[in-house]
Amino acid sequence: MAKVIVVTSGKGGVGKTTTTAALGAALAQTGQKVAVVDFDVGLRNLDLVMGAERRVVFDIVNVIQGVAKLSQALIRDKRLETLWLLPASQTRDKDSLTENGVASVIRELRSKFDWVICDSPAGIERGATLAMRYADAAVVVTNPEVSSVRDSDRIIGLLDSKTEKAERGQRIEKHILITRFDPQRATRGEMLNIDDVINILSTPLLGIVPESEEVLHASNIGCPVTLNNPACAPARAYFDAAARLRGEDIPMNIPSDRKGLLDKLFGRRAA
Amino acid sequence: MSVFDRFKPRSSTAVVARERLQIVLSHERLARGQSDLIALLREEILVAVAKHVLIERDKIHISMERGENVSSLEINIEIPHSPDMQMAAGF
Repeated sequence: MAKVIVVTSGKGGVGKTTTTAALGAALAQTGQKVAVVDFDVGLRNLDLVMGAERRVVFDIVNVIQGVAKLSQALIRDKRLETLWLLPASQTRDKDSLTENGVASVIRELRSKFDWVICDSPAGIERGATLAMRYADAAVVVTNPEVSSVRDSDRIIGLLDSKTEKAERGQRIEKHILITRFDPQRATRGEMLNIDDVINILSTPLLGIVPESEEVLHASNIGCPVTLNNPACAPARAYFDAAARLRGEDIPMNIPSDRKGLLDKLFGRRAA
Repeated sequence: MSVFDRFKPRSSTAVVARERLQIVLSHERLARGQSDLIALLREEILVAVAKHVLIERDKIHISMERGENVSSLEINIEIPHSPDMQMAAGF
C-alpha cells in the first residue's frame, strides 16, 4: 500500500524542494518505487534540483486536463531506476489544479508506487492546501528561526483541518524536520534549539539536517544530496529521516562533517 | 564602547525568540479555535475603541457563553495608565 507524504512549511526558502528530492532519493535507494511530485505550479523547481529540467515534456496540469497520460508525464531518474518525477507546469497559474484532478492523479500514483512525495508550494493558498489534501503523512520543514516556526504552526493547523484525513475525523501523521541547523550557534544561544522548536510546535521530530555547503553543491549540479554525496552530514540526516518514515527506530542525532583535532593535525580525510 | 565589551557574553537571543514565539502562537491558536463571529466582533470592537483610546491588540478578551435561554457576550478591554499610553483622541 502506497504512502502519500506532503513536504510543506508555509514559509518559502526553508528547504522543501531540497527535502523532497533528498527523501525521495533516499527511499528509492532501498529499492522501493518512489514518485516525487511538484505542486508548485507556475514556479516549478523540483525538476531543476533533480537535474531533469531538460527532460520535461508533459506536466501534472497536462495530466489533469487529459492532454497527457500519467505515464507520459512521469520522468524516470537517470541514476536511480526506482525514482520518478512528476513535474509542475511552468506557465499556467495555480487555478489549473482542481481538487478532483489532483485526487485522480494521486489515486493513480498510489496504485503504481510505494511512496508518493508531494513538494508543496510556499504559502497557505490553494496550491499548498491541494498538495496536502490527500496525504497520509506530512513532513513540516522548519528552520530554527521565529518566522519559520510561526508559519509551521499555521501549517500544522491546516493539516489538522483541511486534509481529507482530518475531514474524515482521522489523524494525519505529522513530523517536524529541522533544516539549516547550526549546533554551534544554538549552543551559544544565538539560534533556537531543537527542544524549543519541538516544544513550541508540540509535534514529533523526524530529523535534524545541519546547515551545510553540501546542499548547495548538490542543487548546483542537479542531484539530490542523498545521491550526490551519501556520506556528507546532511545526506546522513536525510537517510535517517527516510528510515524513520519507513518506521525504523533510529536514535536522534545531528550528523556533522567537522573533523576532530587529530584529523586536522594529521590531515586525515573524513570518510 | 570599551574593547572589553567584546568579550562579554551576549545575552541569549534564542531565549527572547522562544518567549516571543510562545506569546504570539498562544494568541493565534486561540483565534483559530474561535468562531468567525467572535473574530469579527473582536476586530470591529478593536477598531471602534482604538479610535479613542490607545490599546494593545492582545489586551482585548472576548468570550461568548451559550446558555439554554440566554447567551452572554463578555468583552474585557485593558486600558493602561502609563504616561506613554495616554488617551489618543486628545482627552
